[in-house]
Amino acid sequence: MKKKLLSLILAGAMVMAMAGCTGNTEPTTPATSGAEGTEGTAATGDGALTGTLKLGVIGPLTGGAAIYGNAVVNGTQIAVDEINAAGTGFTIELQAQDDEHDAEKSVNAYHQLQDWGVQAIAGTVTTSPCIAVSAEANTDRVFMLTPSASATSVTEGKDNVFQLCFADPNQGSASAQYIYDNKLATKVAIIYNNADAYSTGIYQTFKAKAEELGLEIVSETTFTDDTTDFSVQVGDAQSSGADLVFLPIYYTPASLILKQADSIGYAPEFFGVDGMDGILTIEGFDTSLAEGVMLLTPFSADATDDLTKNFVEKFTEKYGEVPSQFAADGYDCAYAIKAALEFYAAKNGGLDVTDLSAEELCEILISVFTDPEFSADGVTGLGMVWDVNGQVNKEPKAVVIKDGVYVGM
Amino acid sequence: MKIFEKASTASKKAFLNYGIVILFFVIFQTLVSTGNISSALKGQLIPIACYMIMAISLNLVVGISGELSLGHAGFMSVGAFTAVIVSSSMTNSSDVSSLIVSIIVAAVIAAVAGFLIGIPVLRLNGDYLAIVTLAFGEIIKNILNCLYVGIDEKGVHFAFNNPAALAMSATGKVIINGPMGAVGIRKISTFIAATILLLIILIVIQNLVNSRTGRAIMAIRDNRIAAESMGLSPMKYKMLAFTVSAAMAGAAGAVYALNYSTLVPKKFDFNTSILVLVFVVLGGIGNMTGSIIAAGVLVVLPELLRKFSDYRMLVYAIVLILVMLVTNNEKLKGKIDTFFKKLRMKLSKGGRK
Repeated sequence: MKKKLLSLILAGAMVMAMAGCTGNTEPTTPATSGAEGTEGTAATGDGALTGTLKLGVIGPLTGGAAIYGNAVVNGTQIAVDEINAAGTGFTIELQAQDDEHDAEKSVNAYHQLQDWGVQAIAGTVTTSPCIAVSAEANTDRVFMLTPSASATSVTEGKDNVFQLCFADPNQGSASAQYIYDNKLATKVAIIYNNADAYSTGIYQTFKAKAEELGLEIVSETTFTDDTTDFSVQVGDAQSSGADLVFLPIYYTPASLILKQADSIGYAPEFFGVDGMDGILTIEGFDTSLAEGVMLLTPFSADATDDLTKNFVEKFTEKYGEVPSQFAADGYDCAYAIKAALEFYAAKNGGLDVTDLSAEELCEILISVFTDPEFSADGVTGLGMVWDVNGQVNKEPKAVVIKDGVYVGM
Repeated sequence: MKIFEKASTASKKAFLNYGIVILFFVIFQTLVSTGNISSALKGQLIPIACYMIMAISLNLVVGISGELSLGHAGFMSVGAFTAVIVSSSMTNSSDVSSLIVSIIVAAVIAAVAGFLIGIPVLRLNGDYLAIVTLAFGEIIKNILNCLYVGIDEKGVHFAFNNPAALAMSATGKVIINGPMGAVGIRKISTFIAATILLLIILIVIQNLVNSRTGRAIMAIRDNRIAAESMGLSPMKYKMLAFTVSAAMAGAAGAVYALNYSTLVPKKFDFNTSILVLVFVVLGGIGNMTGSIIAAGVLVVLPELLRKFSDYRMLVYAIVLILVMLVTNNEKLKGKIDTFFKKLRMKLSKGGRK
């Protein structure tokens, strides 16, 4: 009996410990502050946007990719709080659902949001769940603006799905173009995760573009999600004499690669993409190793424009950490949808979103997002415009890490 | 007389299972057609049926054949990706015929995979066998991670390093793109098809278990040496159970894959194998009814727990631990048994009066 009790306690402790890994964000409560009185008011004819929009977010809030999902949810929450506090008669009710970075769970989460009465979706955060959900949303006619799912197949053939982030081909080819234009290297090594859609996607487009430009790729090595030792990959890059290592990967393996390169005294240039963003916030990582690392990202937290400053300040105050690019994407998603609705309202003499069905809202938002006159400003870029395929057009920024902070190049 | 009684309980049990599946189908089909079902549950019906098939097919290996297999999701993924290739190359056929052909081809390919893996694996016993099946599950996942499949007017192209190696014509389309998996899958699975498949597989398994072959498999499970001395070949019968189980997992994978528009190899990792094993263990090893119910409940449970938000998976884990403790508690089990015995006695006494 004692043994059983002990095992029960141990099991309980293990469960607690595992729950600790799921991130310490507070459960996202739907924001229902103020403005209840405005519900049900008809379009006033003065071009104003009124009513309450039910906005859903789907992303990994638990599991290995939780850091991205939580960042997006937190960023979106900041935007929603701001919009609701502004008191313009337009409010957003936010609900976030967990998908554990799994396509099946993501479709479940999407259906859960539908039962809640969702009108538009800012999601999903990760790529392969997003492809599954966008197919469902396309048949159901629900508008989707994904903050960070970057594969082209997310938007391909679906007129109701738009991306706020760069698509993979843009990232890969933009990186190759940037390296070529700035003559950063002649011999390039690539280390990528061949078990990850994001990483492989960028690798393929980078390689194609690099061949076209005549960049010499001297080493291509791969790893999978559970790799913790990168001596082979880094060693291969070193022995082939690469003077730049391209890392189209997330920041956790990137930090290990930097450490490995440092330990064997190999110091090429490192070039990353938006997944690298966040490398400075890893606990226990010596940020001096990341010195001189370049990355292509739409957002840098130390930009000095008012929008970014305001966002970073609020985010840091509320969540106690500097927002990553994912948080910024989430923040921009909420504002882009609001901007689109305002654009429509101004053109059509007012709009009350409360009683609109998801289908009606979907058609409205598609018409606005594909309107060449429409553009949205956000912390990840000014004057973002979308093409009919749903891909965003904005300037990528290259930043370099200097003295432990991102500095624009 | 005794034999007759035994046979009739076995077939009674079998018909109970058919009844459960048909009831499950009728209830949810009526709910769907009358629109009284939440879209959350409606979207889960096909995956539930697939997981039920997975659970009963694994139960054939774990419960009937007595071998702990930790790589069952590998066969599911073989079936799933086969179905993706078959259905994409049959774009001119109707949905129903594409689905049927996909399921059959998926089951055959998965059976071949099961047979090939069975050759080395089934020479082992107990823990060693479990570890090797785990390894093969991971190997399948990693092979699929490197697999590129494309299709053009000349036919299907395969490559193992990158999509450029597919050497397709300009009109070619990449169906399976390595770790990015398959996208643009035809969504042709239906709840009816999934239920029919579940019923067919249930019929096959139950008749297999109650046949001469099934008894041989169980005899080898219970005492290998005694069975061998009777002239039964352990390798042959274990291989049969393992291959049939793999084929069924492949069929489940086909229906599963054709329900989503995208599929990544990573989905079918160790965790999915364990999930299916949990259905089997929780439902009772060797107990098909239990497997079906456990699969249904445990697939829906995480969705019902969404109101706990971040603590959802924590609650899920606690529920699992509690169920395991309760069902394994001898005292509690004894109490339940005596309760039923008393009830039966009372009833039979009442019947005699």
